[in-house]
Amino acid sequence: MAGIPHDHYEPKSGGEKWLHSRLPVVGLMYDTLMIPTPKNLNWMWIWGIVLTFTLVMQIITGIVLVMHYTPHVDMAFASVEHIMRNVNGGHMIRYFHMNGASLFFVAVYLHIFRGLYYGSYKAPREVTWIIGMLIFLMMMGTAFMGYVLPWGQMSFHGTAVITGLFGAIPFVGDSIQTWLLGASAVGQPALNRFFSLHYLLPFVILGLVIVHIWAFHTTGNNNPTGVEVRRSSKEDAAKDTLPFWPYFVIKDLFALAIILAVFMAIVGFMPNYLGHPDNYIPANPLATPSHIVPEWYFLPFYAILRAFTADVWVVMFANWISFGIIDAKFFGVLAMFGSIAVMAVAPWLDTSSVRSGRYRPMFKWWFALLVVDFVVLMWAGAMPAEPPYSTISLIASTYWFAYFLVILPLLGVIEKPLAQPATIEEDFNAHYGAQAHGGKATATPAE
Amino acid sequence: MLRTLTLSTALALGLGSGAAMAAGEGHVEDFAFPFEGPFGSYDQMQLQRGLQIYTEVCSACHGLKHVAFRTLSDEGGPALPEDQMRAYAEFYEVYDATLFDGEGDFRPATPADHFPASSLAIAPDLSLMAKARAGFHGPYGTGLSQLINGMGGPEYIASLLNGYAEEPDCALEGEPMEGYYNTVFTAGGYPDACKDENGAHTVPGSWIAMAQPLYGDDVDFADGHSTELHSEAQDVAAFLMWTAEPKLVARKQAGLTGVIFLTVLAVLLYLTNKRLWAPHKNKRKD
Ligand code: HEC
Repeated sequence: MAGIPHDHYEPKSGGEKWLHSRLPVVGLMYDTLMIPTPKNLNWMWIWGIVLTFTLVMQIITGIVLVMHYTPHVDMAFASVEHIMRNVNGGHMIRYFHMNGASLFFVAVYLHIFRGLYYGSYKAPREVTWIIGMLIFLMMMGTAFMGYVLPWGQMSFHGTAVITGLFGAIPFVGDSIQTWLLGASAVGQPALNRFFSLHYLLPFVILGLVIVHIWAFHTTGNNNPTGVEVRRSSKEDAAKDTLPFWPYFVIKDLFALAIILAVFMAIVGFMPNYLGHPDNYIPANPLATPSHIVPEWYFLPFYAILRAFTADVWVVMFANWISFGIIDAKFFGVLAMFGSIAVMAVAPWLDTSSVRSGRYRPMFKWWFALLVVDFVVLMWAGAMPAEPPYSTISLIASTYWFAYFLVILPLLGVIEKPLAQPATIEEDFNAHYGAQAHGGKATATPAE
Repeated sequence: MLRTLTLSTALALGLGSGAAMAAGEGHVEDFAFPFEGPFGSYDQMQLQRGLQIYTEVCSACHGLKHVAFRTLSDEGGPALPEDQMRAYAEFYEVYDATLFDGEGDFRPATPADHFPASSLAIAPDLSLMAKARAGFHGPYGTGLSQLINGMGGPEYIASLLNGYAEEPDCALEGEPMEGYYNTVFTAGGYPDACKDENGAHTVPGSWIAMAQPLYGDDVDFADGHSTELHSEAQDVAAFLMWTAEPKLVARKQAGLTGVIFLTVLAVLLYLTNKRLWAPHKNKRKD
């Protein structure tokens, strides 16, 4: 692996040498675990570990759930109840899995916004970013299909609404929708394939996560200054970094323990808080719930989907210029996928030569507004599509696109960035003082 | 007092929460149940009373098809003694397709059998009802009320059973409504005569297909507990919470153990981390 110069694994004993010359797996693990990591990483750099942990947790709890679940329209709901009532520890496993999805999205949103603020998407980390966006898309697909499996009212009617979106695609929409569902409506074929894919995709995600890690281990981590680790020599690099093990492993585990304590409180004391009560009613195609709402983590994108109604001028314009092919519904679908696409191409939209938002006085405010915008969209997505919520959604959706398509490109030109530290070491020392000699700092109590 | 205060503030906020839940939102009372809060658990006697009300009144129409009779003896639930539970099960008849040389026949239920499904087609199964309804909403779509008070499923059921009232005057004008006026039920029919010019509801609730099932003094309790409507409704709602979430007590215990364990672990990791980094961090400047 290229990247920051550091000491590599040297097989010592005969056995190690024997294995290393045939399969350098120990070396790979050593280099991965001992990777030089910028020593100024702050607490926003913990979400990667949280995400990896959550992925593993979801896979393990999921595998156990599958052992007791029946993917059949007449039995799925009852089999989940069987898990909740009769399977040893089944209620905990199911609640872990159910709320694990929420933990996953909390962590991924914080992880993404961390990247957006510190410019982690910029060269040379574009590939890491793009793979991250693919992971995010796959996560959304997996979560959506998982929500179908209990076959409750929201499972069923949510699926009908979301797959109906594909029906909005001109000319081929109906065929695509039928192809997705395996039938003209939501039913047994849809349940079977969603179950299959819900089991498959997490392993695809796992593979992508490995590539994601490989990519940023090649470029090295970004860090709060956005200044690169010195690569001129091993000695210089060592001044900017510390090995991942034990420094960052212990730090991340500490953060993980706190996050899991909160998670455990939610699972133990309010496991249904983030869910929708209607999903405890078995699916009934004939009774549509009065208010279909997706899970909380889809709400921002759901708000964007619904924001562009036929009376909005861009929609009218798109309709006119495409000779009526793009109607409001299709425009909404394009906007929803577009909102993720613009985020994915951020590396090429951001023209600033400075990576970290810390040294970008104007960017900071626009970024803060983007965070608020995201929260507003999430809230608006849960409200009915009527005034004043529809107007709020429209404004908030517009800002989302404006941020990526207008503000990011312009800021790089008009903004005058602040001075950045020359090295990571300089930044670190500015916070914590110059490195102590011979570990003497332990003698002085830090408090 | 404090409770009533918080409740009325929550309600005041909830009522202001825009068109979504404007008028028509029923008044769900925040009953105090023993299973609320991180340390709450079911009151065995209350569950047994609720079971009795369910058996004598609700089971005429409703079913509990996800609940097995044997679970009535489970610890943390109604915890009926084994023989009582068996006797209770035998009191029901279940259809068994293997009997009578594969032609099927009815036989008395055994502990392994489930309660029958609803006998009245339009009466929903009650096994999960306490989780399938949310009594509390808002304010302003933030979900804060549910965070503080819980989802409000059992509160909704108890309030619903208390929520029957005389038909409002506006409903007497036009065609008589089908069903029974209930101030808490919102999913039912609603006469045009009770809407204002914007289509907003002028009276709370709507018309439900279930006739008022409880009036007070509907059952005799062996433990001499109150049989007022308010208290009966609360008991049967508690029982339905148990049928919906039979593992609640075990879950809360696991949650508490987990939180304590992880907190201790976090403290230890914090100290380790501090120690580990100390040689690299001098005194902070700020
Ligand atoms: C005479 C038959 C009958 C009896 C007895 C009866 N119910 Fe019902 N119940 C119904 C019907 C019918 C509905 C459906 C009402 C509707 O959807 O309009 C219903 C609905 C309900 C609902 C759901 C309300 C909602 O929000 O959709 C609950 C909760 C309920 N009953 C509880 C009870 C309880 C508790 C008892 C015993 C104390 C009971 N019922 C006794 C017929 C009955």
